[in-house]
Amino acid sequence: MNAARKLACAVVLVVCVVSLAANWLAPAGYARQFREAPSAPPSRQHWLGTDEVGRDRFSRVLYGTRISLLLAPAAALVSTVLAALVGGLAGYLGGIWLRLARGFTDLFLSLPWLFLLITVRALLPLNVSPLVSVLITFFILGLLGWAASARVLSTSADALRNSDFVLQARAAGLHGPRLFLVHVLPNLKPVLYAQFWISIPVFILSEANLGILGLGVAEPLPSWGSLLRELEGLISFREEPWRLAPLLLLIVVMTSFQLLLSNEEVTA
Amino acid sequence: MNTIGRRTFRRTLLRLCLSLTILSLALLPGSAFSQSGGELRFCLRSEPKTFDPLLVDDDASLSIRYLTGGVLARVNRHTQELEPELAESWKVSKDGKQITFKLRHGITFSDGTPFSSEDVAFTMQRLMDPALHSSTGDAFRSGSGAVSTKILAPDQISIIFPAPIAGLDRLFDQVAIMSAHSSRKEAAVLGPFMVAEYKAGSSVLLHRNPNYWKKDSQGRRLPYLDAIHLDIQSNRDVEMLRFKRGELDLINVLDSDYFDRLAASSPGLAHDAGASLDSDFMWFNQVATAPIPEYKRAWFRSANFRRAISGAINREDLSRVVFNGHAQPAVGPVSPANKFWFNSKLKAEPYRPDAAMQRLQADGFHLQNGALFDKGGNAVEFSIVTNAGSKARERMAVMVQEDLGKLGIKVNVVTLDFPSLIERISQKFNYEAAMLGFRNVDLDPNGQMNIWLSSAENHAWNPQQKSPETAWEAEIDRLMRAQASAADPKKRKESFDRVQEIVAEQTPFIYLVNQNALSAVSSAVEGANPVILSPQTFWNAERLTLNATTRASR
Repeated sequence: MNAARKLACAVVLVVCVVSLAANWLAPAGYARQFREAPSAPPSRQHWLGTDEVGRDRFSRVLYGTRISLLLAPAAALVSTVLAALVGGLAGYLGGIWLRLARGFTDLFLSLPWLFLLITVRALLPLNVSPLVSVLITFFILGLLGWAASARVLSTSADALRNSDFVLQARAAGLHGPRLFLVHVLPNLKPVLYAQFWISIPVFILSEANLGILGLGVAEPLPSWGSLLRELEGLISFREEPWRLAPLLLLIVVMTSFQLLLSNEEVTA
Repeated sequence: MNTIGRRTFRRTLLRLCLSLTILSLALLPGSAFSQSGGELRFCLRSEPKTFDPLLVDDDASLSIRYLTGGVLARVNRHTQELEPELAESWKVSKDGKQITFKLRHGITFSDGTPFSSEDVAFTMQRLMDPALHSSTGDAFRSGSGAVSTKILAPDQISIIFPAPIAGLDRLFDQVAIMSAHSSRKEAAVLGPFMVAEYKAGSSVLLHRNPNYWKKDSQGRRLPYLDAIHLDIQSNRDVEMLRFKRGELDLINVLDSDYFDRLAASSPGLAHDAGASLDSDFMWFNQVATAPIPEYKRAWFRSANFRRAISGAINREDLSRVVFNGHAQPAVGPVSPANKFWFNSKLKAEPYRPDAAMQRLQADGFHLQNGALFDKGGNAVEFSIVTNAGSKARERMAVMVQEDLGKLGIKVNVVTLDFPSLIERISQKFNYEAAMLGFRNVDLDPNGQMNIWLSSAENHAWNPQQKSPETAWEAEIDRLMRAQASAADPKKRKESFDRVQEIVAEQTPFIYLVNQNALSAVSSAVEGANPVILSPQTFWNAERLTLNATTRASR
């Protein structure tokens, strides 16, 4: 493990631990409105100031990080499982199944993601609690985000199908699901891991995009997306630099993920 | 010095004197050489959809129509009074069906064709042509039957409508007269400016109308400005940056965030004209067929419940926190800024959570472990839908969520993209409460007929009723029709005052705030006086001018 990777690992770990300890570390609840001090600058009471309705920004960053960092891997897991099922199986089966799966994934990739997300979000029931809304948002992201990974996996599985050890296994009488589960899937693991890690920052950014459109996690629950919305209309960074805290955190975490990923991909 | 040398010297001296005279005249603000007022620059926030003044339906086209169109009578945006323009005088018949205009003499269109009553007749006939689908014309459609015109003389014309129209004369503020004879069609105008150049997606350039009829008190021909350059720019950040750099002279409508930032850096440039006609409000779904639980419909149909919710919302906080103090707690359907039609007996609902709880208890609601339950044991929880992208409205919804949480009511805030929102609130009625805003450009209550009549599509809480479902809605229907058919403004006001009182008692809409009219005017502009009515900053464009330094630098 090189130094950069060690540092990235430490950063992700610290951020995860601190956000998980939000209940103890946050000076105030994420929803509590200090209406006498909206848009306040940093102070002893509010380390990163307050947002437009007077909520403590530091507390919201802590809780928002927890939500984004916990649920993005969950969404990544959903999408990777779907990708393994569609891409892995199609690659393993080959022939018309592979062509059909590739056509379907190409079609899925050509869909305008953002509009699709907006439409799906609009079809959901209205009376759901913020916590359920956040789960739904990330689950939808996971359901819609499998196509790119499926394409990569189908290519890898296709290569494995014609490899010597699979041919030998076939010659030894192994067929169907057993051959797929015992010989193909374990050899797809590095690609699956890489796709899983790649998807996490993608989903964090997708939620941030939805949040910027006001369609992400429901108020008053914070997420990185809703925290980044505060930057709308910020003309000069010099005036209120503390408002950049969520953005800086996002950049640091994404960079750390990329540093971790580059090594995973090499392994893959 | 020989003769040739002397001549050359004299010529040079003469030229120098002439140049200095011209320069000094040009640099004198509002001087006799007033036709060099410079080029005013500001932004349209969208592409104008049309230059045809009778088809105008969007903000950008409205701005261009205001600057180029000549009207028979104009609502003075400062005094809110109707003033004569192309018509010297007018008379509305007692039955409210006919209006007779006496026109000014000696006026010509920008292309030189003379203006007469034939042009007014042509404009009205075209405006009322059903095939044109003019929304401006819709305001004049009072009943079945055609609108006719009668030319009494070249300077006199009567327009006859099939049914009475209340506030008829004020509607002509929106009717830009077109030429019946000019080959240039809508390019021939009677307003202070005319369209000189249009670059799609980029800009519109207006030049001074050389034939504009109006003069100032000193006999100088208006407008002072040479031109107006309108950039098409939807990004407000870019608009603000360009204004700060001095590339733009006006911003017609500002958000409170931008306003405060500008006021902090350049206090003299930010203008707060006070409460505008715009209001933000929320309402509950009362539609009988709406797919919501029956017990929730019962809450929403209870005036006590609605008034309790209204009383539990801290409007002062909404104004102060969300709009940085640039908004006023709303009273009702009419903003206090509407000087004539506002019912001054009414006051904004005060923030009284205790009184709100008492109202709820009177309806059988009770608190249990910090949560509110109705008499059937159902926890009080509902969602408020609003449009995604409106930061102010989202902030208000979050604050309402917190305020109602203090009464034990659980509110879920849902932001939807606008088409989905409209589909839910106007077609499927699949929502519980909604929060939206109303941009009111019309002072007259007739502009709100499509909201208050129970049969109307925009009767948001329970639209398109075949017959009024409640006694108070029947009463509002009666009063709105009474005011619409009365010619006497006092009688109309009495009727509409009562409508406002019923709305306050029944609270079908929970009015939250009236936003202030915020704008920015560069110090380069002379004669600006921002007002609450649209167009806030350039309503007196014909009298605006740029200062000498700016004129010289452009």
